[in-house]
Amino acid sequence: MKNKLSHLAIPYVIWMALFVVAPIIMVVIYAFSSADGGFTLANFSKIGTYAVVFGRSFKLALIATAICLLIGYPVSYMMSKEGPRFQRIAMVLIMLPMWMNFLLRTYSWMSILENNGLLNQLFQKIGLISLYNSIFGTNIEYFHMINTAGAVVLGMVYNYLPFMILPIYSVIVKLDNSLIEAARDLGANSLNVFRRVILPLSLPGVLSGITMVFVPSVSTFAISKMLGGGTEILLGDLIEQQFLGGAYNPQVGAAISLVMMVIVVICMAVMNRFGEGEEQAVML
Amino acid sequence: MAKELIRLQNLCMAFDDEQVLTNLNLHINDKEFLTLLGPSGCGKTTTLRIIGGFTTPTSGDVFFDGVRINAVPPYQRQINTVFQKYALFPHLNVYENIAFGLRMQKRPDPSDPTGRRMVKIPEEEIHQRVMEMLEVISLKGFEHRKPDALSGGQQQRVAIARALVNRPKVLLLDEPLAALDLKLRKDMQIELKRIQQQVGITFIYVTHDQEEALTMSDTIVVMDKGTIQQIGTPEDIYNEPKNAFVADFIGESNIIDGIMLRDNLVQMYGRQFPCLDGGFAPNEPVDVVIRPEDIDIVPVEQGQLTGVVTNVTFKGLQYDIIVDFKGFKWLIQTTDHSPSGSRIGIKIDPDAIHVMKKSKYSGMFGDYSSFSEEYEELDNAGLALDEEESGDEE
Repeated sequence: MKNKLSHLAIPYVIWMALFVVAPIIMVVIYAFSSADGGFTLANFSKIGTYAVVFGRSFKLALIATAICLLIGYPVSYMMSKEGPRFQRIAMVLIMLPMWMNFLLRTYSWMSILENNGLLNQLFQKIGLISLYNSIFGTNIEYFHMINTAGAVVLGMVYNYLPFMILPIYSVIVKLDNSLIEAARDLGANSLNVFRRVILPLSLPGVLSGITMVFVPSVSTFAISKMLGGGTEILLGDLIEQQFLGGAYNPQVGAAISLVMMVIVVICMAVMNRFGEGEEQAVML
Repeated sequence: MAKELIRLQNLCMAFDDEQVLTNLNLHINDKEFLTLLGPSGCGKTTTLRIIGGFTTPTSGDVFFDGVRINAVPPYQRQINTVFQKYALFPHLNVYENIAFGLRMQKRPDPSDPTGRRMVKIPEEEIHQRVMEMLEVISLKGFEHRKPDALSGGQQQRVAIARALVNRPKVLLLDEPLAALDLKLRKDMQIELKRIQQQVGITFIYVTHDQEEALTMSDTIVVMDKGTIQQIGTPEDIYNEPKNAFVADFIGESNIIDGIMLRDNLVQMYGRQFPCLDGGFAPNEPVDVVIRPEDIDIVPVEQGQLTGVVTNVTFKGLQYDIIVDFKGFKWLIQTTDHSPSGSRIGIKIDPDAIHVMKKSKYSGMFGDYSSFSEEYEELDNAGLALDEEESGDEE
């Protein structure tokens, strides 16, 4: 359909070309060049040494995505069953943290999780730590929470959970109630109504939720730096190091970015195959 | 002899102080095609939803085969529903949509002597029953299509098959034809009646379309404002309406104030007309219904009444003429042309007169004074009603 107003999209097309397409091309060019500008594949051969970082990043991102899904789906489902007033309030509460700066939010988690942070102080006050010591015969003064993989996952879940809830919620809330009545009418009990009708029909929302949580999780660097203490570095930190850090090597950084991008694209493609039939699935 | 299958007893339903059903009593026979007919908000869909188990009545009882089923959830009732907008599962193809109910079922294992072990219906039987249904609805070869690749009429038929494959004792249909165009609607009316006779079960049909009701039903229940106005066969309802509401809602009617002088004699406009009705008190004020097609036009000097033609509309089969009798305007359908402005006489046979007791509806219907506007409304009626119906009665 030709639209007379299509020229209004020109600024956006230019924007996309300048700030999305061009950077990707630059990443590709860098990834295949040596320091003196010639063509080389050497950058990729160096990636092998970082396999463990790739593995760790994907593992933590997967765990965070799974936790987001486990929390987000029931929350979205229950929210959609409530009255419109409740839904509006719940929506605001879910969005509220996103109005705050990302770094600020993550810093606050640091002070909560620190060895003498809020949580440990609380545990001390209520006697949880001495209880732990007496049960396990240990002599700890605090629970070690900051600078662990768990803290990184927590940071990811906390920051990206709304991106899981919103797409799932928007799909479930639009679900035609007569479909649920039809399923009940045809003999489905509550479990079957959910399994055979609600779940398959909410799959597009689940898929876009997974995408929207997994992609930023796998490439995050601030969270791992602040909550992970930089001991177990992730892909994001690795790439940052190649550009800004001591390991200065933009070509290798570009190569890592490119490989990560390709892996993510492949993952998404496989997943959308999995959700066959819900073609319009991803990016709602 | 017809066997009673469903009984509704003293049903009342209120949503937030709004009384939707008031003391409704109705029994429905086995293998009957019963239609709940009435305007928007009359409570017909609510009645259907109570029978289906989607709504619990505020008070009153629902009996199925003699057993009270108020608290039985929908999936345990031998009743299936065809929803207004079909509600086909968009993620399943035609075959899986129809098979849905069968896959949900469990029944005693025939190989287990105690009869306590429950098994699913075997795949071969599901296949055979789904195919059988596709035959009934004439959609063989469509089993792998998704619902959105079907036309409205086809989706409708899949919805019917999906319900019937479970071999329910009762099929509930909630305005199933409202979304179809006129031609398709007429075809589906005949199709539905054929399917009902073929499978031999009770159909309970909800509609606001009197023509649909007259075409298909064995029994029509006319409802208004949460109460039943009349129950009867299509002929009864049309020929012997109980009150002005029914007379007006079903077909066209002239409703005139009259006085029942004695049995078989009614007075209108100060003149006496022989009729076939009786059982009223002497000189009881009544409503008199005269259908527009039952009035004979005669020369002025032979007329029981004379009036002036004020409007003539050619309708193909007949002329609709509006005649002014002393300020009260009648609609008369005739094959003879009488020009506007001419004075005519009319003759009404005794069997064309139907006398009704006065009701709260008296004086509200049956005058064609606002004829021209009403006609425009009638032309748009199909459209307007569809739009109006779709949203309400939730």
